[in-house]
Amino acid sequence: MPEGPKGIQGSAGDVVLLVGTTKGAFLFRSEPTRASWVMDGPHFPGEEVYALSLDQRGGQRALWAAPGNPFFGATLRRSDDLGATWSGKGDRPVKFPEDSGLSMKRIWQIQPGRDSEPRRLFLGVEPSCLFESRDGGASWEPVEGFMNHPHRPRWEPGAGGLCLHTIVPHTRDPERMLVAFSTGGVYGTDDGGASWSPRNKGVRAEFLPDKYPEFGQCVHKVVNHPDQPERLYLQNHWGLYRSDDWGATWRDIANGVPSDFGFAMTVHPRDPDTVYIVPLEADVFRCTPEAKLRVYRTRNGGESWEPLTRGLPQENAYETVLRDALCSDQADAAGVYFGTRSGKVYASRDEGDSWSLVRDGLPPVVCVDAAVLV
Amino acid sequence: MSVSVVLPDQLRGLVPGGGVLEVGGDAGTVRGALEAVRRHHPAVYDRIVTERGEVRPHVNVFVGRDNIRWMEGLETRVQDGAEVVILPAVSGG
Repeated sequence: MPEGPKGIQGSAGDVVLLVGTTKGAFLFRSEPTRASWVMDGPHFPGEEVYALSLDQRGGQRALWAAPGNPFFGATLRRSDDLGATWSGKGDRPVKFPEDSGLSMKRIWQIQPGRDSEPRRLFLGVEPSCLFESRDGGASWEPVEGFMNHPHRPRWEPGAGGLCLHTIVPHTRDPERMLVAFSTGGVYGTDDGGASWSPRNKGVRAEFLPDKYPEFGQCVHKVVNHPDQPERLYLQNHWGLYRSDDWGATWRDIANGVPSDFGFAMTVHPRDPDTVYIVPLEADVFRCTPEAKLRVYRTRNGGESWEPLTRGLPQENAYETVLRDALCSDQADAAGVYFGTRSGKVYASRDEGDSWSLVRDGLPPVVCVDAAVLV
Repeated sequence: MSVSVVLPDQLRGLVPGGGVLEVGGDAGTVRGALEAVRRHHPAVYDRIVTERGEVRPHVNVFVGRDNIRWMEGLETRVQDGAEVVILPAVSGG
C-alpha cells in the first residue's frame, strides 16, 4: 500500500493550492515563485470534496475540508498542520434540526467571515441553506431566517441539486450578506440574517416561462472584491452580469465572450475591474466552445473580455470547469488556477497571460482554492 | 433483551472495540436498537440515519439476513439475541 498523505508543511510566503475532487482532496505547495508544485493526497480517498478553505485570519492556519461520504453523508474536517492530521473524524457538527424536515446532502461552500470576526464562519449546503459558526467552527447552527424562508417550497433543484454554493459577506457592513443558490438566485440580508429578499432584477431565467421572475434563477456564481463590496459579478445559467448596487439591479456584460453560459468566476485579488471566467458552449453541451480551453479575462469591469490561451490546449479540448473550480491567490503578480472535470489542474503565475499544467490524471475536479501562507 | 448492532468497516473507527455494539433494554425494533446506539455514539447514528429519521439511501440495514427495506423499515421487530447488520449498498464507487 502506498503511504498516506503527510500534509504540505509550508512556510510563510509559500503558495498552497487546494484541489477538491469527486474522490478526495489533493493539496499542492509551491515556493513563492510558483515555478513547480509538490502534491500531497488524496485526503479522504473515495469521498467527494466540494469545499475547501484555508482560513488564516487571526494568526491561524485552519484548513477546512467538507468530505462527503457517498454512503454515510457529509461532514466537516479541520487541519491545523496543512493536512498532516485532521480533527473531527467522529464529529457530525453540521445538521438540520430534526423538526425542519430537511436532511443535509452536501456541503458546497466554506466561507470565512469578515477579517474583524475571525471566529465567525459560514457554510453553504444542500438543500439550500446557510449555516453559521461563531466559535471558530466548533459548533454550527442554520441561519433560521433563511432556513424558514417562505419561498423555500418554491425553490427547485438544478442539475447539481438545490445547492447554496455562494456566500458573499459584505466587507464593511456586518449586517449585510448575499448568498446565491440553484435554483432560487441571489438573496440578500440587511439585518444580520433575520430576513432575506431576492436580488435578481435583470437576471434572466431561460428555463422559465417568465424570463425575469423575482426569484427562481439558476445563478452559478457571484464574486466581488473586498475593496468594492457592492460591485458584484455574476455568472448565470445563461447570462453574465454586473451589479453596482449590491445586487439591487443587474446589467448584461457578456461583451465579446463566445458564450454567456458557464459556471466558474473569480476576481483579481487587488483589482476590482479584473475578473476571470471560463465560458462553456451551452447547457446542453457543457464543454469549452470550439473545443478550445480558454479563460476569459476582463480588465475593465466587463466592458470587454479577452481570451487567455497561451499554454492551454486549443484543439480537441472538450473541457468543463465547474463553479468553484477557478480561483486566484493573493500574490503579486496574481496567480490564477482552475481544474477540470477531466482531472487537469492548470496554473498561471502572471495573472492569466500564460498557463501551465500542474497535474493531470486526478479525479474530476469540483473545487480549487489558493492562498499565500502568512 | 440484547441486540447486537454490527457496524461496517468504514464506521468501526468511530467506536472502541471491534465494531459490534451490544444494546439492550427495550430495543424491540430496529429503530429502538439504533436509538440505543445514538445515546452512546451519536456520530455513528448520524451516519446511518438522516435528520429526517430515515435510513440513508445508500446504507442497508439487515436483521439477520433480511433487509429492513423489504420488511417494516425501522419498525421491523428484533428478537432477543438478534443481529442488526449495517452495510453500505453496492451503489457509489
